[in-house]
Amino acid sequence: MSIWEYANPAKFMRTTDRLLPWVVGGAVLLSVTGVVWGFLTPDDFRQGSTVKIVFLHVPAAMMAINIWVMMLVASLIWIIRRHHVSALAAKAAAPIGAVMTLIALATGALWGQPMWGTWWEWDPRLTSFLILFLFYLGYIALWAAIDDPDSAADLTGVLCLVGSVFALLSRYAVLFWNQGLHQGASLSVQSGERMSHVYRYPLYTAMVGFGLLFLALLLIRTRTEIRRRRLAALQAREMRA
Amino acid sequence: MIDLGKYAFAVVASYGVSLALLGGLIWQTVAANARARRALEDHEKGKKNG
Amino acid sequence: MLALLTRDLRLAVRAGGGFGLGVAFFLILSALVPFGVGPDRAALAPVAPGILWVGALLACLLSLDRIFALDHEDGSLDLLATAPMPLEGAVAVKALAHWITTGLPLVLAAPLFGVLLQLPPVAMPWLVLSLLIGTPALSMLGAFGAALTVGLRRGGLLLSLLVLPLYIPTLIFGAEITRRGAEGAAIVTPLVFQAGITLAVLALIPFAAAAALRVNLR
Repeated sequence: MSIWEYANPAKFMRTTDRLLPWVVGGAVLLSVTGVVWGFLTPDDFRQGSTVKIVFLHVPAAMMAINIWVMMLVASLIWIIRRHHVSALAAKAAAPIGAVMTLIALATGALWGQPMWGTWWEWDPRLTSFLILFLFYLGYIALWAAIDDPDSAADLTGVLCLVGSVFALLSRYAVLFWNQGLHQGASLSVQSGERMSHVYRYPLYTAMVGFGLLFLALLLIRTRTEIRRRRLAALQAREMRA
Repeated sequence: MIDLGKYAFAVVASYGVSLALLGGLIWQTVAANARARRALEDHEKGKKNG
Repeated sequence: MLALLTRDLRLAVRAGGGFGLGVAFFLILSALVPFGVGPDRAALAPVAPGILWVGALLACLLSLDRIFALDHEDGSLDLLATAPMPLEGAVAVKALAHWITTGLPLVLAAPLFGVLLQLPPVAMPWLVLSLLIGTPALSMLGAFGAALTVGLRRGGLLLSLLVLPLYIPTLIFGAEITRRGAEGAAIVTPLVFQAGITLAVLALIPFAAAAALRVNLR
């Protein structure tokens, strides 16, 4: 029994078929709880009701980065071990990541307007997210442009590798370019009590909820891709017959 | 209805935009999955009959 | 390798446009900006380093799809792939040829455009130096983008979407060197970063570009 068994598309379909109701259930339960709970939290004494935005902004931003990392890992698995499910999972993850980045940017802009007095500031964090969004767009566009699925998987895999290095490089280059307005991490292990419990528990719930939501969407989208590939393969076989 | 104070627009718009984006993504995902499943089923059924 | 380089250069010169086009584009851009920003020296001088660097980026982008497209069409790319020379080397040579035909003319012509955009004279050497250090990275990254999109029919637009985000670090440090040069501030830190990025790109990207080419030639 090894994890690589799940690289078999048929096995993957069977397992996810059984797993999916639980993941979807957990995703709905936790993200709805987290977001609604967050919406009902009391106002912060400095930020007023805008503190409620954090329960969308932080989980979305966290997922935006994590999804890119997941795509990087999946691309590496494809490049090294050539498991098709891995490549398709990377393809399936990209639009979710792009949407998460967009949510983080949009909520950030709406939050920045009352707090900093501006919709947009060329702050390192904001700029890095814009750059990350561009990388997502390029990755999705490259997938869409190439017809042969294996070539597309290879080329987007290489792009993801190079893109990861440059996304990281841009992050630090941008930091050098402009020191920003954005506060540092709201949650960190070292600084402990930065955020009161009233906000922390709903935030954790929303973060786990968004993680599960991503997992559920990822599984469904990967299943879609597998079915499309199977259909294309069947049609190709009949064309030859 | 809870009172959102003077920042009501920012909060409501954030929730609105985020939920709309997530809703769109979920809808697209589910719809594409249903379409792929139906296409595959139709194809496999058609092969058995024909 | 030398033969490949001279062949590419000769092709670029004979086909026309190779040398001239990028610089001409740069000239037009430098002439258009004052129309948009206004002829005021006080308005132009602060944005000049950024405009010049963005202009260099875009001028470089114009000719990228030619790096591999023509050779792919007439089949000489397949010959290169089967040649005894490693494909990584071929990619590096082709990027070098691209740099000599577009990057180098830009570097040499940059002071002229600096004058047009009212860049302070003290910043001129720094502009030239930053372009000299930065443009090889632009050509190499461009070759990577061109290798990714070589088989595609409408690769041009996609190429710019893929390549421009990769140019961000080079652009940031390049414009920073020029800006600091204009202000007379210390320029060592961005200069070191810029050189580091270019060297890393030159050392590593040929492998990625060659891998992408192999996939596209399969």
